[in-house]
Amino acid sequence: MESPLLDIRDLRLEFRSYRGVVKALDGVSLAVDKAEILGLVGESGCGKTITGMSVLGLLPRQQARVTSGEVLFRGDDLLRKSEHEMQRIRGRLISMVFQDPLASLNPVFTVGDQITKVIREHKRVSKKAARDAMCRALSETGLPTHKTLLHSYPHQLSGGMRQRVCMAMAISCDSPLLIADEPTTALDVTIQMQILKLLLRLREELGVAQILVTHNVGVAAQTCDRIAVMYAGQVVEQGPTVAVMKEARHPYTMALYECLPQGKSAQELLTIPGSVPDLIDPPAGCRFHPRCRRVLDVCRDVRPPLVEVARGHRVACHWVAEQSGPVRIPPES
Amino acid sequence: MEMRRTPILGMWGSYRTRHQAAFEESRYSLRVFLKDRLALLGVCLILATIIVAVAAPWIAPYPDQGRGASNVKERLEAPSRAHPFGTDASGRDVLSRVIFGARIPLMISSVVVAAVLIIGVPLGGIAGYIGGWIDELVMRITDIFLAFPALILAMALVAFLGPSLRNVAIALVITWWPWYTRLVRGMAVSLRQRPYVLAARTMGVSQWTIIRRHVLPNALGPVVVQVSLDVGTVILEVAGLSFIGLGARPPQPEWGLMVSEGREYILSEWWISTFPGLAIFLLVLACNLVGDGLRDVLDPRTKR
Amino acid sequence: MPLLSVSDLTVHFNIRRGLTRRSIDVVHAADEVSFSLERGGTLALVGESGSGKTTVAHAILGLNKPQAGSIVFRDRDLLCLPKRERRAARRGMQVVFQDPYSSLNPRMTVHDLVAEPLRVGSRMQGDELRERVLELLEMVGLGTQHLWRRPHEFSGGQCQRIAIARALALSPDLVVLDEPTSALDVSVQARILTLLHRLQRELTLSYLFIAHDLAVVESVASQVAVMYLGTIVESGPTEVIFNDARHPYTLALLASVPSPDPEHRSEGAALSGDVPSAIHPPGGCRFHPRCAFRMDVCEREAPPLVDRRGRRLACHLPDSFDLSAEQEVARLARATTTVEEPGRRPSARPRPTTEVPPKTRRRW
Repeated sequence: MESPLLDIRDLRLEFRSYRGVVKALDGVSLAVDKAEILGLVGESGCGKTITGMSVLGLLPRQQARVTSGEVLFRGDDLLRKSEHEMQRIRGRLISMVFQDPLASLNPVFTVGDQITKVIREHKRVSKKAARDAMCRALSETGLPTHKTLLHSYPHQLSGGMRQRVCMAMAISCDSPLLIADEPTTALDVTIQMQILKLLLRLREELGVAQILVTHNVGVAAQTCDRIAVMYAGQVVEQGPTVAVMKEARHPYTMALYECLPQGKSAQELLTIPGSVPDLIDPPAGCRFHPRCRRVLDVCRDVRPPLVEVARGHRVACHWVAEQSGPVRIPPES
Repeated sequence: MEMRRTPILGMWGSYRTRHQAAFEESRYSLRVFLKDRLALLGVCLILATIIVAVAAPWIAPYPDQGRGASNVKERLEAPSRAHPFGTDASGRDVLSRVIFGARIPLMISSVVVAAVLIIGVPLGGIAGYIGGWIDELVMRITDIFLAFPALILAMALVAFLGPSLRNVAIALVITWWPWYTRLVRGMAVSLRQRPYVLAARTMGVSQWTIIRRHVLPNALGPVVVQVSLDVGTVILEVAGLSFIGLGARPPQPEWGLMVSEGREYILSEWWISTFPGLAIFLLVLACNLVGDGLRDVLDPRTKR
Repeated sequence: MPLLSVSDLTVHFNIRRGLTRRSIDVVHAADEVSFSLERGGTLALVGESGSGKTTVAHAILGLNKPQAGSIVFRDRDLLCLPKRERRAARRGMQVVFQDPYSSLNPRMTVHDLVAEPLRVGSRMQGDELRERVLELLEMVGLGTQHLWRRPHEFSGGQCQRIAIARALALSPDLVVLDEPTSALDVSVQARILTLLHRLQRELTLSYLFIAHDLAVVESVASQVAVMYLGTIVESGPTEVIFNDARHPYTLALLASVPSPDPEHRSEGAALSGDVPSAIHPPGGCRFHPRCAFRMDVCEREAPPLVDRRGRRLACHLPDSFDLSAEQEVARLARATTTVEEPGRRPSARPRPTTEVPPKTRRRW
């Protein structure tokens, strides 16, 4: 089997805070294949954004400490790279799009200037070639390439346009991997749909692999090929989108869906008791066990491993493992 | 976090419980502040100055000379065991005068700061929150004051009112308040649209209560930082005005005045100007160190 | 008589520039907005940013000054009352804002936050005040052990509970919920929604629910009004609007909700382009530049909001116009993902979700 484009193996990451050490990521393993969209889904504080940022080495080095694991990009461990080396990787090999497009664009430069600058920083090309590359990137993202847009400043654009500009900047150097951190959260639903379609098109037409970090289950369902559900710094379930969405096995994933208001009246909404644990002193064993309705004795002490329950569909849960008995993979139907 | 017992009506919890949050917050801020070595040094210097100022009559070797009594027999004596900082042209012990001199900048700066806050903060809050013509009026008045360089304006005012420390304080208040009004006004304008202010409006809370309870307390952080950074400047300006003869009158033991009195002798009897000058330098430095430290604690923009 | 009825509410903001503060432009934030809300009902105002939903809510709450129209609350027109009486009348309506942190004064304790409306509105003091504060906190499911803590020590959901307790302090009839859950995680959102539902039943509250999340709206509202660029384009009972929308904008909005069902991916973006500026809104029907069914008349005349097919609709399209294809897309977008217990599940395939089962649910 071909090795994946990005392979995160057993990543553990800690933050120093004044209250103590926050165990933000606890053994996260993920893989993204070429031209694949992986959704990282979870509630705030589950570590999905931190996972994305740590791939690019964007976390403050004094406070965030990787205690184990590796982030392999085409076989190279990004965690061992120096800041200087990472600078050349960011934007050229892996680019990132953030939630707030206004904050990630420089307000004093025009849109055209910013994109060409990014291109020329990573590639030794003439101004003309950079302009051509920019125009290609802009039209890929569905933006006009006429002067009015190129000469306007970020604050003059609408939210949807700004996010498109960010994406144009991200794909302008033909980076094979894009990390999109809540790219549509600040946008209206009709604009959100446009941006999601754009993500899908980038994958189909340019073959850009993506990690889509989102709290919105619907966004993930509509866009991703595979989904990883995170809870309290751990991946609890991952697999093909249809499997994770329609045949969810982990009690947390199932509870998460039951919280969705889609087509339910407020009385029917189920809720998860308790609240997200404090990661300074996370629960032993399975981190979800204090809130889980399927909790077994073993959950309190032993961390459940990710076990394959169907082809490519893995769940970290003692209860699921017990239910399905010894690990077996049902034949493809 | 320990769990507190549900308060039972009648025993509503002590003052301590009711203000637990404030206590813990200040304890945390204090801890951050105390980690800053330089700020700590500043605090020590200021505390030392305060102690010296309060205890001046007891620790000064020649208290009456410190207050201004001349002693022509021992004019212009170099530092010695009897007079560690030497004596000045009127034979007064410089050390005693420096010790007594600590009282003046501390007194004046606290009076000036208090007056500036009393005038500037509410005015800024009202202008920023209510807006409209009140805002226009207040802001145009501050514009007029800010159109002059502060020190020149202060000099002109003292020259008009007559040289004295009291008039220096008045002049400084008149030149400083517009800065605070503008600072608070800016904060108030941004706070006006905060949901909690809107919520208070929908509850029928009156304008004045909103300004007092919701706007001003939340605008206070930057003001405290500004004050701590400005105190040093106030001290410097008091000394400066006295130096050019517009502040303290001889024989008052004012540091700026003492530096000025030693001017003629600076080449031969250097100690007359140097020691009070050093005192000014240390106190202003201490104020700035504390100001920087406070800014790190209180101003979210410099938080790491 | 409805508890609240708003008619022809128009709010314009002047953009002022220069020393003389002369008005250079007018933002048409809300134009001739009309709706009514029954006692105990929930009306959702739905729309994207710039649709004017928040402007309307603020006008009702007295946070801005409408140019025209009337706001009749408990049979009195708030805009015609003298200031003092208006303030008293408005005590009957309270608000919960979107961002739970910024809607609570960071320097006040939970007790002071909840006690503030009581002190101001009903001049309560002493034991009476204490009892009421404890009662309110219990009502929203907050323990009293945190009475003296400040907002930043709480989670978003807890802060929203504090804000709800504060809104309920003066026993209002109407609570304006301005995107009360959109800053929260889904699991927290579900708990806040169930809390709001329980409170509505227990206290016979009416809710004016401002939201952009249609999935939330469907689960809480009995009536829906869809706004676009300052005007209401379609309003009516929730079932009618969600299952049989007739306005192209409503349909596009419904189709844009990303469904959590990966097997029903929407084909393409339902709407292209952005919401135009409210400073110079398009003439005629304000939606016409983005509308897939625009006709010549749409550019010339603004369609009136009239009763048609069981809802109020502002669209030139005739009733006979076939929108079933669009309605089908919108319906698919609302397909839900159903999770069944693996033990009970007979086969690996879940039941098809394309057909919308007939729903007879109780509403808020």
